[in-house]
Amino acid sequence: MTAPLGVYVHWPYCARICPYCDFNVYKNRPVDAGAWGQALTRDLEHYAKRTQGRKLQSLYFGGGTPSLAPIPVIESVIEVCARLWGFEDGAEITLEANPTDAEQSRFEAFAGAGVNRLSLGVQSLRDGALQFLGRDHDAAAAIRAIEAAQKAFPRVTFDLIYARPGQSLDHWRAELAEALALGASHLSLYQLTIEPGTAFDVAVDKGRWAPAGDDLCADMFDAAQEMTAAAGLPAYEISNHAAPGEESRHNLIYWTYGDYVGAGPGAHGRLTENGARIAVETPLSPKDYLAGAPHEETALSPREAEMERLSMGLRLHKGVAFAETDAFFAEAGAYEKLDRLVGDGLLHWDGRTLCAAADGRRLLNRVLYELFG
Amino acid sequence: MTPLKNIRNFSIVAHIDHGKSTLADRLIQVTGGLTVREMKEQVLDSMELERERGITIKAQTVRLKYEAKDGETYILNLIDTPGHVDFTYEVSRSLYACEGALLVVDASQGVEAQTLANVYQAIDVDLEIVPVLNKIDLPAADPDRVKAQIEDVIGIDASDAIEISAKTGMGVPDVLEAIIARLPAPKGDETAPLKALLVDSWYDPYLGVVVLVRIYDGVMKKGMRIRMMGAKATYTLEQVGVSTPKKTPVDELGPGEIGYFTASIKEVAETAVGDTITEEKRPCEKALPGFKPSVPVVFCGIFPVDAADFEDLREAMGRLRLNDSSFEYEMETSAALGFGFRCGFLGLLHLEIIRERLEREFNLDLITTAPSVVYDIFLTDGEKIELHNPADMPDPVRIDHIEEPWIKATIMAPDEYLGGILKLCEERRGVQKDLTYAGSRAMVVYELPLNEVVFDFYDRLKSISKGYASFDYQLIDHRAESLVKMQILVNEEPVDALSIIVHRDKAEARGRAMCEKLKDLIPRHQFKIPVQAAIGGRVIARETIAALRKDVTAKCYGGDATRKRKLLEKQKEGKKKMRQFGRVEIPQEAFIKALKIDS
Repeated sequence: MTAPLGVYVHWPYCARICPYCDFNVYKNRPVDAGAWGQALTRDLEHYAKRTQGRKLQSLYFGGGTPSLAPIPVIESVIEVCARLWGFEDGAEITLEANPTDAEQSRFEAFAGAGVNRLSLGVQSLRDGALQFLGRDHDAAAAIRAIEAAQKAFPRVTFDLIYARPGQSLDHWRAELAEALALGASHLSLYQLTIEPGTAFDVAVDKGRWAPAGDDLCADMFDAAQEMTAAAGLPAYEISNHAAPGEESRHNLIYWTYGDYVGAGPGAHGRLTENGARIAVETPLSPKDYLAGAPHEETALSPREAEMERLSMGLRLHKGVAFAETDAFFAEAGAYEKLDRLVGDGLLHWDGRTLCAAADGRRLLNRVLYELFG
Repeated sequence: MTPLKNIRNFSIVAHIDHGKSTLADRLIQVTGGLTVREMKEQVLDSMELERERGITIKAQTVRLKYEAKDGETYILNLIDTPGHVDFTYEVSRSLYACEGALLVVDASQGVEAQTLANVYQAIDVDLEIVPVLNKIDLPAADPDRVKAQIEDVIGIDASDAIEISAKTGMGVPDVLEAIIARLPAPKGDETAPLKALLVDSWYDPYLGVVVLVRIYDGVMKKGMRIRMMGAKATYTLEQVGVSTPKKTPVDELGPGEIGYFTASIKEVAETAVGDTITEEKRPCEKALPGFKPSVPVVFCGIFPVDAADFEDLREAMGRLRLNDSSFEYEMETSAALGFGFRCGFLGLLHLEIIRERLEREFNLDLITTAPSVVYDIFLTDGEKIELHNPADMPDPVRIDHIEEPWIKATIMAPDEYLGGILKLCEERRGVQKDLTYAGSRAMVVYELPLNEVVFDFYDRLKSISKGYASFDYQLIDHRAESLVKMQILVNEEPVDALSIIVHRDKAEARGRAMCEKLKDLIPRHQFKIPVQAAIGGRVIARETIAALRKDVTAKCYGGDATRKRKLLEKQKEGKKKMRQFGRVEIPQEAFIKALKIDS
C-alpha cells in the first residue's frame, strides 16, 4: 500500500491582512482567473506525473482566503485533480473561508463544485477581540456563517485564537463553551503567538501590549483539553479537536508525514521518490508563480526526514511509529536523550510507537530540541 | 652627536583629557617634526585603542629640533607617558629617563587624582617641573584658582605657570622657550664606557623588537656589540635611530640622547625594562639602579565563546604578549567555559584593553570571568600559596588564614559628591586616612581592599560623581581578613566560573544578588531549577527558576515541516553557545551578563 497522498492549493489573497498572520499573503486584487487556472493546472500535471497510479485522499484550498477566489478556479482545480489522480472513496475536499456575509453567499457554489468540508476562520466569538485581531466580521456574523456552512457542507470546522492580551482563563472557558455549543464536529484552537514581521510583532516590540505569560497559556491549553474532551471533541493533535472520525484527513497527511503536492505561490510539498523524501517549495510571489518560475527541490537526508517526521508526528495524540531501526538511533547519545525525556514524563515509548505525554505535548518544542538540538 | 647643553629630555604629566596629547602634537607641529599633511591628530597615540580612548598605553618618544630665541638649535626629546593608574609603572621609568617634566593642568578643571600620582613620581625622581595651564581659552578657565590649587595640593611654585591653549596653539612657543630655559641639560661623558638605560621595548612586525634607550655615558653605534647587564645577553646593533616620530636611523647616539635600536631580538620578554646596556668589549663598571618589575595585580579568566576558537585565542595572546610583557597568561580549564586562559593584568583598564584588543584585532568572541586579585593563602602546615583563581582555593580545613592586597586610594571630586563617595568607600570596607579641601574640590584618601575595587568600584565612583571624580591608587600591603570562597550552584551543580572570594560579611549580599541575576538569565527548563550561593556546604542564598510549562508551536501544517527542521538545525548550531551543567543549559550570554559588573 502506498502512503496517503493529498494536494494543497494556496490562494494568496486576502481582503485585509490580519495583524497576527505570517503566511504568504497579499492584499486582494482583481485576478485573471484563466491565468490562475492554467498555472495551477500546470503544477498539478507536473506532480501527477511524479505520483502516477495514486489516488488523492484529500484536496485542501488554503490561503490567504480561497473563498475569495473565482469559483471557476476552484471548480477547475477539483476537475483537474479528478482527471489526473482521481479521488479515493470518502476523499476530503476542504476550503478555508472567512465568516463574512459576502463569502457566505458563495457556499452553495463551492459545495456544488465538490467542496465537502468548510474551515471557517472564526477566531473569536467576542466583538472586541475580533476587532483587535483585525477581522472583518463580528460574532453574530460568525454564528450565522457557522449555521449556513453546516447547512451547505457535510463537515464544518472553525478556528479560535486564545491567550489574547487581557483574556483571562475564565473568559476563555466561557468563550470556548459557547463555541462548543455551536455543534461543529471539529475545532482548531490556537494560542496567539507573535510571529516575526507581523503587525503584532511590531506592537509588542514597541511595548503597546504584552503577550500572555506561559503559565496562563498552559492553563488555557489544559482547560481546552478538558472541555473539548467533555464535549466529545477530544484533542487528537496539539491544537485540533474532533469528534471520533471527524479528524482532518488532509492535515493527518502532514502529521503522519505522508506525501503531498503543493500548488500555488509559496506552497510546500513532500514526495517520496526512490525511497528518499523530497521537499518542494513553489515561488513565493504570485507574479513569479504565474510566470512559471522554477520550484525549489531539496532531497532530505534520512536524519532531516526523521526530524520532520517526529516534529509532525509527535503532535498527534496517537504518536508516531518509532523503532530502533529508525535514523534517530544512528546518532550518538540517542538512547540517553530518549531515556531522559521518558524519565521526565514527557514521552512514552513502547519500542514501536513514540508519543508525547500530556506534559510533553505542552512542551513539544522543548522535547524536539532535546531530541535533535 | 648633539652637545649636552643643547639637549633637553622631558615628559608631560597630566590627567586624561587635560590636553597632554594635544600639546605634544602642537610641539611636534611647531618644531616641524611632521608636515601638516603627515600630521594626524594625536600622532603619539598611535595604537587604535589609545586613540579611541584618548589615552596613552605604551610610552612613546619623539625627537624635536628647535631653534630657540638665543639662536641655538636644541634637540628636545619628549617621552610621552601613560596617564592611567594601571600604567604607573611605565610612567615611572619614562620619567626616569628625563631631566624635567611639563605638568599640564586643565585651567578649568584643576588638579586631578592622576595628576597628583604622576607629579609625585616626577618629584620623587628629582625632575624639574614646569607647570602649564591648558585650555586657557575656555570660558570656564580660572587660572588663578588652579595655580593656587597646584601650590596647595602639590606644593610647587606655580607663580610662573605658562598659560596656553594647546588647541589653538596659543602660548606654545613659550612652552618651548621654558623647556630650554627652565629644564636642566643632561649630564654625561662621551669618552666613558657606554651606559644606557633600557626604557621600553615593543614588537614591530617589520623590525622585530625595538628597544627605546636613554644614553647616560659613552656612544652607541650601529654594528656595536652590546651587553645587557641584567639579562647577561649580548647582541649586535643593527640599526640605531631616533623617532621624529618617524623612525629615522642615525650613525650614533651620544650622552643625554634618547633613541632606539634593533638587534635581531625576537621577543620583548628578552628585554628587561630598566636593564643597563653597555658595550661588550668595554663595559661600564656599575649598572644603573633599574626598576622593580611590574607585577600583575588583577586576574581573570578569558575563554572563547566558541570552543573552536581556542587555538586562535592562544595565538592572539602570544602576539599581544610580544608587545606587553606585563600581561601574563596560562591555560585554564573550566567546567563551565571549557578551555581558556587565566590572565594577569596591571589593573582593570589594562584588563579591558587586552580584552578589547583580542576581540577587535583578532576578531574573537570572548567571555571574561569576574576579576579577582591575588590572595596569599597561609596553610596550617606553614606553606603559603598565591591564589590567582578562586576555583583553585584549597579545602578550607587546610587554611590557617588568608591575606588580601590593600591599596591606598586617592579620590578627588567636587565636594557635592563627597557624601556618596565616602559611603561607597565605607561600603567597600575602606578606612579613611585623610580628607582635605582645595577650593571646592575635596581630596580623600582611603585604604581599601583591592578586591573591593576590582568589583565595579570605578564604575560606581563615576556614576556617583557624574564622572567628575578622579581616582588613583597604589598597592600598600597585604592584610589578613575573613575571606571565604562563595560558590554558585545551579541545579545542585557547582558552576566554577561563577565562584568568587569574598569577605564573610559581604557574602550573603553578593550571593543573593548573583542568584537573583541568574534567575533572570537562565532560561526556564521543563523542570524547576534551584540556584544557590553557598560557602562550603552551607547555602546562604537561594532562588528557584520555575519550570517551563508551555512551549509548543500552535500551528504546524504542510509548510511548517521545513520551518521546524530549519529551526532545529539552527538550535543545534546555537547549542554550541550553551554550557551544560548537569541537565541545565546556560547560554554563554548569561555568563557574560552575570559576570558583568553593573552599577
